[in-house]
Amino acid sequence: MSVAQLVPLIILLPLIGALINGTVGKNLPKAVVGAIATGVMALSFGLALMVFSQLDKAVEIDLFTMLDTETFSLHARLLADNLSVWMTLIVTGVGTLIHLFSMGYMKHDAGYYKFFVYLNLFIFAMLILVLGSNYFMLFFGWEGVGICSYLLIGFWYGDFKNTVAARKAFIMNRIGDLGLLIGLFLLLFNFGTLEYSELSAAIIGSKVDLSTVLCGITLCLFIGATGKSAQIPLFTWLPDAMAGPTPVSALIHAATMVTAGIFLVVRSNYMFELAPMTQDIMLYIGLATSIVAAFIAMRQNDIKKVLAYSTVSQLGMLFVALGMGAYTAAMFHVTTHAFFKALLFLGSGSVIHAMSDEQDIRQMGGLRKKIPVTHLTFLIGTLAISGFPLLSGFYSKDEIIAHAFTHGTWLYVALMASAALTAIYMFRLYFVTFHGSFRGTHEQEHHLHEGPASMTLPLIVLAILSVFGGVLNLPGVWLHNMAHWMSHHFEHNVAGLNLIKHTAPEGNMALTLMIAASVMSLAILVVCYLVYGKKNSVPVADAQLKGWEKLSANKLYFDELYNFLFVRPTEWLSEKGSRYFEGMFLHRSVVGVGQLIGKSGDLVRKWQTGRTDSYILWMVLGLIGLVVYFLIYKYY
Amino acid sequence: MVLATIFESGVGIEFYMLLATALFVIGVFGVLYRKNAIILLMCIELMLNAVNLLLVAFSTYFGKADGQLFVFFIMVVAAAEATVGLSILVLVFRNARSVDIRLFNKLKD
Repeated sequence: MSVAQLVPLIILLPLIGALINGTVGKNLPKAVVGAIATGVMALSFGLALMVFSQLDKAVEIDLFTMLDTETFSLHARLLADNLSVWMTLIVTGVGTLIHLFSMGYMKHDAGYYKFFVYLNLFIFAMLILVLGSNYFMLFFGWEGVGICSYLLIGFWYGDFKNTVAARKAFIMNRIGDLGLLIGLFLLLFNFGTLEYSELSAAIIGSKVDLSTVLCGITLCLFIGATGKSAQIPLFTWLPDAMAGPTPVSALIHAATMVTAGIFLVVRSNYMFELAPMTQDIMLYIGLATSIVAAFIAMRQNDIKKVLAYSTVSQLGMLFVALGMGAYTAAMFHVTTHAFFKALLFLGSGSVIHAMSDEQDIRQMGGLRKKIPVTHLTFLIGTLAISGFPLLSGFYSKDEIIAHAFTHGTWLYVALMASAALTAIYMFRLYFVTFHGSFRGTHEQEHHLHEGPASMTLPLIVLAILSVFGGVLNLPGVWLHNMAHWMSHHFEHNVAGLNLIKHTAPEGNMALTLMIAASVMSLAILVVCYLVYGKKNSVPVADAQLKGWEKLSANKLYFDELYNFLFVRPTEWLSEKGSRYFEGMFLHRSVVGVGQLIGKSGDLVRKWQTGRTDSYILWMVLGLIGLVVYFLIYKYY
Repeated sequence: MVLATIFESGVGIEFYMLLATALFVIGVFGVLYRKNAIILLMCIELMLNAVNLLLVAFSTYFGKADGQLFVFFIMVVAAAEATVGLSILVLVFRNARSVDIRLFNKLKD
């Protein structure tokens, strides 16, 4: 089959799975529901692989026209180029593994079929997002993944705080979406189209100075990205989103959905290149997010919260890369991040599963002997994200840091600091969880067990990918004919990327930077082992923390700040509005109108005597009046 | 003078109008002043027929059939209306042993 036939199928398969499970899934046995959902994902991934091997130049596939007016038209059209197909591979590939994991993880859940319906629906929306050929399709997918994220965060809606977290995520995203929507309107207003191909042709070939227009547009798009990709100031929803089941955190809130913002920027790279101000803003916000989130992660004790802040921090680093124009480096890190962060989340899910739903690392410890597969894979994930030499995260992060080195020494130092913090909190998490002695209850210790094969298999596959993911885009130091494979792959047929080339340092410079990064991560590993691993020290209770540790444990008081700045004023305003505007003005005017009608009704009611002759008299008088009126009106 | 006009040029349209108006006014006053519901119905018929007369007269005057066509409709409707009205009256009479229109003020409540 050709690419044009395969791509719609890739998108349709998850939808079909969702429809089947959504309609009859309730009555099917759990094994069948899981098999359908995972099967369509695996099939979809297989087709994506076929497309990947066949694709050479970008292909546009017309599905149908949504709206056709004189000034503009909206098409349901797909675009398969190396960027969208790569994202499709990540989404379907990691998605398949996480579906498989969920079959074991959610086995005892009453909403089993519902969970898979939401997951499949999410994949469908995400594929629309990445495979659409215009911003309208992207927006459709964008909102689709948003609603699925909302549904899945609030999946265990019996607990009120989960629904609050879901609502928070939804509202935060909506703020960002407003920015995106305004950006799309500006695009439509200025260029009359939302198609990527037409926009890139119009902007890249433009003779007039578009920098002011593009600055506004890109800023709006970036606001959309800050919502979905959890950047300052809209990042606080992501840690709370951990209220959802762990596979959801792995799939949506680590590997795929949160990278939608990165995808959006890479897709619009030619606009961002012409708007240096937005690029700078993006760089600073990304850097601030990266460091702030890493700082907060230092003293979190919920295993998922640490990973959540780590995700925010990594996304911040990605935005730094985008701000520097290192788009392919960002996509490389998105890929490896999808591998090791999905691995870490699934690993944490496996830990939580083994610990009978305990998430506090202070209650864990010494798990490495009890759940060896989880331990080993989690260790690989930790090493990968910390930039341990020759693992995937090492290459991808190092490429971004090398770009930063070219950009400015201060940025290099700042990013290295962020990377160092990452390594510290990740090793702390690892050692506290898996080393030392067990600190939970006897009951938990008794129940400790490794998950079924459906849970360990995805861990192993992701661990392998996390180790070897680096070969996708080796730096220009070794294996020269394979170096920068991924960069070349994207530059081959992605609009914009084939024009603007930002290359990282090569040769000795790259080698020096890599050695510096390796030394740092190894040093941190040793120090963390001495502090957390060997001394068997346990994080103390939050109340005993002082100074910066207290700040970190309390998340830098971001939630309190937003409460003070936005929530409380809003509540104050609505309370006052309810009392004064509603009570004194609205209530009185509405009731007043009612009373007026009642009073005038009382007056008129006297005419209703019940006597037929009086009615007829009035009728005749009325008729005579009308006749007289028209006679006068007509003749005088 | 009136008779002279009639003899000279036949019955003119203005006579039909005068007659119809007279019938109509009689009908109106009948409805206003009589208390017997049967008389009331008859007066309503009188008004309708005054209008019918006028329609036929104008139809002839203008040489068009529309007016006569209308009259048929009005006659059919009037017949139906009289049927309904009279059957209501029969029921009222059975209940109250009277067809005084003032009994109808109970409908107000």
